[in-house]
Amino acid sequence: MNRFEYLRPQSVAEAVAAAAVPGSAFLAAGTNLLDLMKIGVARPQRLIDLKDLPDLDIIEQLPDGAVRIGAQLRNAELAHDPDFRQRFPIVAEALLSGASAQLRNVATVGGNLIQRTRCAYFQDPASACNRRAPGSGCDARGGDTRQHAVLGWSEDCIATHPSDFCVPLAALGAMVEIEGPAGRREVALTDFHLLPGNTPERETALGQGELVTALRLPPAAAGFARHARYVKLRERTSFAFAVVSAAAALRIVDGRIQEARLALGGVAARPWRAEEAEASLRGATPGAEAFHRAAALALEGARPSGDNEFKIELARRIALRALTLAAAGTPDRLPALPASPFAPLPGGLHV
Amino acid sequence: MSETQRIRHGSSIGQPITRRDGPLKVTGQARFAADNHPQGLLHAVLATSSIARGRVTFLDEAAARAHPGVVQVMLPGNRPALAQHPDDKSAPFSFNMDLLQDDRVRYAGQPIAVVIAETLEAATEGAALLAPRYAAEPVEVTLDATSSYVPEAIGVGGPAELRHGDAEAGLQGAAHRIEAVYETPQQFHNAMEPHAVVAAWDGDRLSLDMPTQGFALTQMRLAGLFGIPVENIVIRSPFIGGGFGSKLLAGPQVLGILAARLVGRPVKLVLTRAQMYGPVTHRAPTRQRLRLGAAPDGALLALHHHARTATSRFDDFIEPAANASHTLYAAPAIVTTTDAVRLDTGTPGFMRAPGEASGSLALECAIDEMAEACGMDPLAFRLRNYAEVEPISGKPFSSKALRECYAEGAARFGWEGRKLAPRQMRDADGLLLGWGMGTATFPALMFQAEARAVLRRDGSGLMEAGTHEMGQGAWTAFAQIAAESLGLDLERLELRAGRSDLPNAGIAGGSAHTATAGSAMQAAGEAAIARLTELAVTDPRSPLFGAGNIGVVPRGGRLVRWDDPSRGEDYAEILARAGLEQVEGRGSAAPDPAAAERYAMHSHGAVFAEVKVDPDLGQVRVTRLVGAFAAGRIINPRLVQSQYQGGMIWGLSFALQEGAVMDPRSGRVMNADLAGYHVPVNADIPSVEAILVEEEDRHVNALGVKGVGEIGITGTAGAIANAVWHATGARVRQFPITPEAILRAMAAQPG
Amino acid sequence: MSLSVTLTVNRVQHRVLLDDPRVTLLDLLRERLQLTGTKKGCDRGQCGACTILLNGRRVNACLALALSHDGAEILTIEGLADGAALHPVQAAFIAHDAFQCGFCTPGQIMSAIGLISEGQAGSDAERVREGMSGNLCRCGAYRGITEAVVAATRSMTKEKAA
Repeated sequence: MNRFEYLRPQSVAEAVAAAAVPGSAFLAAGTNLLDLMKIGVARPQRLIDLKDLPDLDIIEQLPDGAVRIGAQLRNAELAHDPDFRQRFPIVAEALLSGASAQLRNVATVGGNLIQRTRCAYFQDPASACNRRAPGSGCDARGGDTRQHAVLGWSEDCIATHPSDFCVPLAALGAMVEIEGPAGRREVALTDFHLLPGNTPERETALGQGELVTALRLPPAAAGFARHARYVKLRERTSFAFAVVSAAAALRIVDGRIQEARLALGGVAARPWRAEEAEASLRGATPGAEAFHRAAALALEGARPSGDNEFKIELARRIALRALTLAAAGTPDRLPALPASPFAPLPGGLHV
Repeated sequence: MSETQRIRHGSSIGQPITRRDGPLKVTGQARFAADNHPQGLLHAVLATSSIARGRVTFLDEAAARAHPGVVQVMLPGNRPALAQHPDDKSAPFSFNMDLLQDDRVRYAGQPIAVVIAETLEAATEGAALLAPRYAAEPVEVTLDATSSYVPEAIGVGGPAELRHGDAEAGLQGAAHRIEAVYETPQQFHNAMEPHAVVAAWDGDRLSLDMPTQGFALTQMRLAGLFGIPVENIVIRSPFIGGGFGSKLLAGPQVLGILAARLVGRPVKLVLTRAQMYGPVTHRAPTRQRLRLGAAPDGALLALHHHARTATSRFDDFIEPAANASHTLYAAPAIVTTTDAVRLDTGTPGFMRAPGEASGSLALECAIDEMAEACGMDPLAFRLRNYAEVEPISGKPFSSKALRECYAEGAARFGWEGRKLAPRQMRDADGLLLGWGMGTATFPALMFQAEARAVLRRDGSGLMEAGTHEMGQGAWTAFAQIAAESLGLDLERLELRAGRSDLPNAGIAGGSAHTATAGSAMQAAGEAAIARLTELAVTDPRSPLFGAGNIGVVPRGGRLVRWDDPSRGEDYAEILARAGLEQVEGRGSAAPDPAAAERYAMHSHGAVFAEVKVDPDLGQVRVTRLVGAFAAGRIINPRLVQSQYQGGMIWGLSFALQEGAVMDPRSGRVMNADLAGYHVPVNADIPSVEAILVEEEDRHVNALGVKGVGEIGITGTAGAIANAVWHATGARVRQFPITPEAILRAMAAQPG
Repeated sequence: MSLSVTLTVNRVQHRVLLDDPRVTLLDLLRERLQLTGTKKGCDRGQCGACTILLNGRRVNACLALALSHDGAEILTIEGLADGAALHPVQAAFIAHDAFQCGFCTPGQIMSAIGLISEGQAGSDAERVREGMSGNLCRCGAYRGITEAVVAATRSMTKEKAA
């Protein structure tokens, strides 16, 4: 890890001003940034510690019915907030299926959004990586691609975004509030993470010196609590990144789907919201036929970026599973193994 | 039941006492090597190669030296001289090492420089600033490499080929034949404690805090490398944070010792987790082809087990995977063959159950496949082919309670009523459910060890032996053996261990440490008691005078007449009257060639696994593991159960999780951490149970103890793979079994 | 900016002058305060061996910058026992043989204490397993760990044994 200058601004404005200097990086909990610094993937010259910024770690109920979540709020605090988890169980389930309790106790909401890819070639400074070192190439192509994208990838980069949390957020239409040198703005979470194109080094919509200050779940995100599930395929029962994952949320009125939300994780450089699939469900009777159709639509246009064709079918199946579970109803209490296929299922769904 | 019968009056042997080092370990006071801080300590950090073959052409030494806090950069040019080339093989178990002898790179992760600094932070950054450049050469890192060869020896010296009977004829005449290829990946030990050393020189005397599973082997190697007498080297290793074979021999810590020599100050070198995927050995990958033939009634007629494995380009360690087929199943014809390829990797080495782990996985799967071909229950098939004598040698077993293991394990698991056909069971949630089994086996080995016992005038006892504690519970089990041998209550026994300046107690490896060092302790204790007895029975003032012919036994700190325990005398009184502060006894243990000539000696077990498989997603969870093991006399059932459970969890890991992902272009391990290289977490282990099956063995050693440390991994990996098949009907032969492999195999099924 | 931090570790206040901004809480504890009970297994938040309680919460000390935690209260494995009297979780680990080599044990115990105080798992074994999954044990003492945590939870919350 390189030596760095350490700053501790007392306000968002101060922080944003400090970050105008190239080579600066914001430090929240550091669970991702310090890790990347240790392996030489990140070498910032200045760390701007956000610890003292006031009021960024609260959950606010806004007058219009939206919920604002401060970017410095810790994952565990959000997931265990009684009111929040009751209204947005799918977000709590996704949060609790990620990382470990120790990491969730410090990792922040904002940090989760801007965490970097787990692509092994990105994480290995000896490998060529356009995302880490623009123009150097992509050693993931032709390498081990189990973790890589099947949607939205480019010849220059096939990495995926590793977050669980962001998948239901994408489904629920979350907004990201940003402060920067040019003032305050907001972007939809689904536009926050950029697809690689030929500029994979541009990972998010954030400009130089811009800081994520909050996340907002709009009023339209409410009303899914009774039928919302996150499901995650892992290579061990816990403490593992998703191979693929899916968040599905349904508003069911009188036996019909009034509104559906569906997003996939582990398949692209952003949490992948499947709006066509959502549209196909509107007005449909919840059931296998509608869900199969939606799941197929969600993967339309998917193509392997290497030896990972299996992920397309897996993603389709996990979308189907998430929809099926969502229709069956959100359990009163989060399962002991959040988002796991081994959490008890209502009604023996596999039969 | 049986457990209480084993507890003998006045002895702690067989009792499930809690770990003696428990309080130290739960309070953070157990001192591991990296916890030491001698005065003037500097920190050393390795720089390692990112190419797998070629030369280092440039290192930015100036940048590293300029970094504040950096004291020295050790490179081939300024590395202190060694008395012996690191590739010199003059002593046993001298594996070639990379100690900055030149600019050659032989594998990814090879040390190429050492940066020494006042702080760990400075040394770490100094190593990064070296930013090496290379002249890279093409690499080969997979079993498909071009040049295979038949090694002269496999494992620790066994033949690469063993033929018993005519396998081809047996296969030809068989009613049922199967042929299948199983692949296992490169695996890394990943003990939780990374390799570490705190080294301090005083002239030609070397003081080391360093985890080691073998004091004498390590001392010998270091003495040779540095050209100093063995007795000049003191190694303290009171606790090893897991070894699993990776800490048997001198490792890359030698570079820390060299660094200390270079700077003339004590140096601490601790490997990073990523560096645990390079110079600390690994389990070699295998590709095993099994061909089995059976008669219509399920009797095996022939078994051919061929293992292809890999070693490094610069040294030989050949995983003896096919050996697993020598002992388990009776067949008139058994042939095992091995070939290997040379790869641009580090040299493989001993990793928990080397050979048996990989080999028994393939064998147990093949046996299962043959049982299916014969239409037989897997347990019935194994019993049909039960080996009454060791098949390959014809020798009787010194003991073999495998039938009892099968019976007790099957009963506990509820094996009876298992449907033959796969994909017949689901749980309440609709998940596929499968049951599988495997046979476990591991040789009962003995090495050499010495011990020294002392009885003191205050009535206490001392046992000294350079034994190793790496989680087996050595301090506890050895104290139990020592106290028993000296006729003392445990509280009166002091155990000195975990240092090199004690009697040589051999290695903690081959599941033989308790048997070997324990036998030496027993002998030492008996010698001390004999000396004390002589004092008593020849002294007219002793109540034991003249009892020599009748016999005297030690009991609770007293010697008593065998025929009348009420007549006796405290140790303290005997010593006081003799005017002695203490009496001493020395003991040793070694393999008994005569017993080895007559008997085949193995531990055995049977493992039963239940898995749940998500039929759509292919994710697997092992919901129950039941193992029943027979390994001779059990010193401490609590510790032994933990050893078995740990081994079974390794088996689970082998079947479903572990494996290095090697980039074939660069030769680098791409998951060289603990996020990408999966080992089981707590949630992976909902239920694991080990049953101790009674077994008496009069031949293995004086204690009747066989090994328990490695057998758990054997049998288990196969049982889980077989359970996955039983759940899904999909036979996956490439390990670890991944969700997509299961789904692919399920999709390929007819119907 | 002065590179100094004040930390209360195991109820004792330490003012540490840092010559280097890069020091993590883990390296500060181990190399500068010589509180070596907290272990370094991976240094990347992937194994849990360095788990401590930071202001009452279990965290990985390896991924915490010391400078960032000025004024924090830290509890490590060395601060649990009251003289010879072990903390109930420590005692339960011995009773249930919840460790072998002992290297991951300080982190397991600190994690268990954090889990119990979080109150999300109670004595539900499956929730305990999930909640303890951030602590790897290569020796495979998981059954004992789960049993120990469940037993300690019961004894600490005076819950009736089932």
